[in-house]
Amino acid sequence: MAKARSRGARALIWLVVLIAGLVGVNFSAVQWGGGSWTPQLALDLEGGTQIVLAPVVAEGAQVTQEQLDQAVAIIRQRVDASGVSEAEITTQGGRNIVVAIPGEPDAATMQRIQASAKMEFRPVLQSAAANVPGETPAPSESTPPAEPAATPENAWDQAWITPELQAEFDAFQCADVDTTTVAPADEPFITCSTDQTARFILGPVTVEGSDIADAQVSAATNSQGQATGGWAVSLELDGEGPAGFEATTRAITGLPEPQNQFAVVLDSTVLMPISSNAIITDGNARITGGFTQEAAQGLADQLRFGALPIGFEVQSNETISATLGADQLRAGLLAGLIGLILVVVYSVFQYRALGLVVVLSLGIAAILTYLTVTFLSSTEGYRLSLAGVAGLVIAIGITADSFIVYFERIRDELREGKHLTSALETGWKRAFRTILVSDAVSFLAAVILFLLSVGNVRGFAFTLGITTFIDIVVVALFTHPLLRLLSRTSFFSSGHRWSGLDPQALGAVYRGRAKFREPVAAGRGARSAKEAQKRQTIAERKSAMAASNGKED
Amino acid sequence: MASLTSVGNELYTGERSLPVVAKRKLWLSIAVGILIALALGTIIRGGFVFGIEFTGGSEFRVTGISEASTDGAAEAVEAIAPEAEARAVTLGSDTVRVQTDAVSEEQAAEIRAALADTYGVDSGEVAFSFIGPSWGADISQQALRALVVFLVLVSIVLAVYFRTWKMSVAALASLAFDLLVTAGVYGIIGFEVTPAAVIGFLTILGYSLYDTVVVFDKVRENTAPGTSGELLDNINLAVNQTLVRSINTSIVATLPIAAVLFIGALLLGAGTLRDISLALFIGTIVGTWSSIFVAAPVYAQLRQHDAIAEVTEKPRNERGAVV
Repeated sequence: MAKARSRGARALIWLVVLIAGLVGVNFSAVQWGGGSWTPQLALDLEGGTQIVLAPVVAEGAQVTQEQLDQAVAIIRQRVDASGVSEAEITTQGGRNIVVAIPGEPDAATMQRIQASAKMEFRPVLQSAAANVPGETPAPSESTPPAEPAATPENAWDQAWITPELQAEFDAFQCADVDTTTVAPADEPFITCSTDQTARFILGPVTVEGSDIADAQVSAATNSQGQATGGWAVSLELDGEGPAGFEATTRAITGLPEPQNQFAVVLDSTVLMPISSNAIITDGNARITGGFTQEAAQGLADQLRFGALPIGFEVQSNETISATLGADQLRAGLLAGLIGLILVVVYSVFQYRALGLVVVLSLGIAAILTYLTVTFLSSTEGYRLSLAGVAGLVIAIGITADSFIVYFERIRDELREGKHLTSALETGWKRAFRTILVSDAVSFLAAVILFLLSVGNVRGFAFTLGITTFIDIVVVALFTHPLLRLLSRTSFFSSGHRWSGLDPQALGAVYRGRAKFREPVAAGRGARSAKEAQKRQTIAERKSAMAASNGKED
Repeated sequence: MASLTSVGNELYTGERSLPVVAKRKLWLSIAVGILIALALGTIIRGGFVFGIEFTGGSEFRVTGISEASTDGAAEAVEAIAPEAEARAVTLGSDTVRVQTDAVSEEQAAEIRAALADTYGVDSGEVAFSFIGPSWGADISQQALRALVVFLVLVSIVLAVYFRTWKMSVAALASLAFDLLVTAGVYGIIGFEVTPAAVIGFLTILGYSLYDTVVVFDKVRENTAPGTSGELLDNINLAVNQTLVRSINTSIVATLPIAAVLFIGALLLGAGTLRDISLALFIGTIVGTWSSIFVAAPVYAQLRQHDAIAEVTEKPRNERGAVV
């Protein structure tokens, strides 16, 4: 008995440790990770716009996860550029991109999000550091072209720089870059580097992104073919690419900087200016220049993405006003409260004092769930949606079900004529197995739903999965240990009629050690008499077996 | 103590007994009859009603109206997009929903302004959503994939746990019954099938099996090798012994779902809450029925010529037997 008590107490201590641990990680997330003590809300509860995009690719082409990730990076860049803060862009279900924006995006932002990324190579005509916003730009240091009126003959011709263009360039602010409208391919334009540190005047397009066949990271080598320890990006062109590339490199190689550079342009901003050191005739270029492996990989990924421009189709676009969001949240919480009260009332009605154990257990489950959801919200960016709230409310019932399975098991054992203490242990052993396998099935359903779905379904599956897991924790670390401790109080062990475990009310056949009352009276014909007979045999057989095994239980 | 407890006692001892196994052919015929009736009813009524998420279109929700009425809503929309076929309904006391065929973004902006004007609210109170026609198809395809993966995995889990494929088959039969009946109720009444309803539908999977597992666990215990009595009688006793438990777990599971359904339908009208909980509400009730009147009879039918196995090992090592 003392052993059982210490085991019960130990489980409760573990629970306290678990809760303290969760509070601790939440505290550290709030203190140092910019987290919060309340879960973040999804757009349907907070108000905002959620856009689900599906990539549009050529017939038969498959979108790889890598391309999706690239697309997300590009869309993020576009949304950030539009000045919308706190946008969340994620991939879901392996093919969709979900853009969640607080408030409402304007038409330009919508267009920006949907536009397909456009990559192109353009020669650099002039470059300079970015102008500092707010300061009057210094006059250009570069000499204006000698014959500004001349008609440019090719893409790298300095004659593209008209005095107007030069003036515009001198005053250009990088914040003004419009990534939605790509400049016409046969005209020069002014833009900035993606990180907004440099501005450029670029000539017309010489190589289209669609002519990029492949781009790979490789170890950089010197002219003798020996590894230099650096990283390079091997670029392979096809279609019109090699010819355009050859013409460009032939013309600009050897010119002074920046005229010897061409720019890799994505969405109208310059990813990187690249100096041409050799004439490339076969469309196979190697880009080197002090890359880290990561930077090289990044460039290669972007170049590959440029090779397969993905457009996006809006699959759904949902705007929720802040009022509607607040209404939905209130309704969800209200439903939860009502559901909780109903469950509590029913449990107390059915299980008397045990009903209070249900209430306490649900309370513990609620605390664990809240802390877990808040922690995931702080660290993993999980957002509670309306469907998630529905999942939490519905979980109340499923969690309480575990307690019922357990209580009914104990009652079964009491009906068999066992003492409360042993009824508790045997009942627990069997009930826990049932709870484990049932929860495993529920958990499986939740995980599969989560992995294979988009949007709302995910939020729902997520909360359902969490609560299923917490259900097991609570029933093992709280409900059962608590009952163990309670079973030592005379209120429960004497089977008080309000305890919910009254052997008398349960029609227990046990009448002291190895004594059983007469079989349950059979007044309902031969059939029930037969059943009753059998019922008694089960009890007797068990007691006989226990006795022969020399065990009390 | 509540009379359910004494009924439970009588069911436990066998003094009172539902002839679940003895009348299994009757129960199974009823199940098949229900399915046929629902299928015919759905066909006669004209198939399923799919929500805008499946057909594609635009939806406007005006919230914060002092008195919700659909007056003027359709006119306001048709003045801007004449061919859009506006359908307006009130939701709760302060919300009007207008669904239309797909409209362009410019039109949508104008319609929002017009609706805000009509109802005298700020245009920020007019929520707008657009759903492309492929959205619903996409979500149902994923749901179907999830369903298949789940069924395969769960039948393996059950077969391993119960150590007999017959229980696995019976559990899946009752699961199929739950899903079909729930779908049938949607079809016969004409509830709108939305992605949220599909979520609820998929959640039935977990719940339905939970119930069946609880019943089968007791069946397994009562029919463990070496147990005395006839196999079918013991199955019947197991089902009866878990009856009170099934009723209690079902009621407790249904109460919060009912709360969500009630609040969802009353306060928010058609939407995520109502759609998820409606499917689940039907599914839980059907699930309770099927774990008793479908799963157990099917299992009994599969094992009708079997007998309880003899103990082959020492009693203390036997599986699932009493301690």
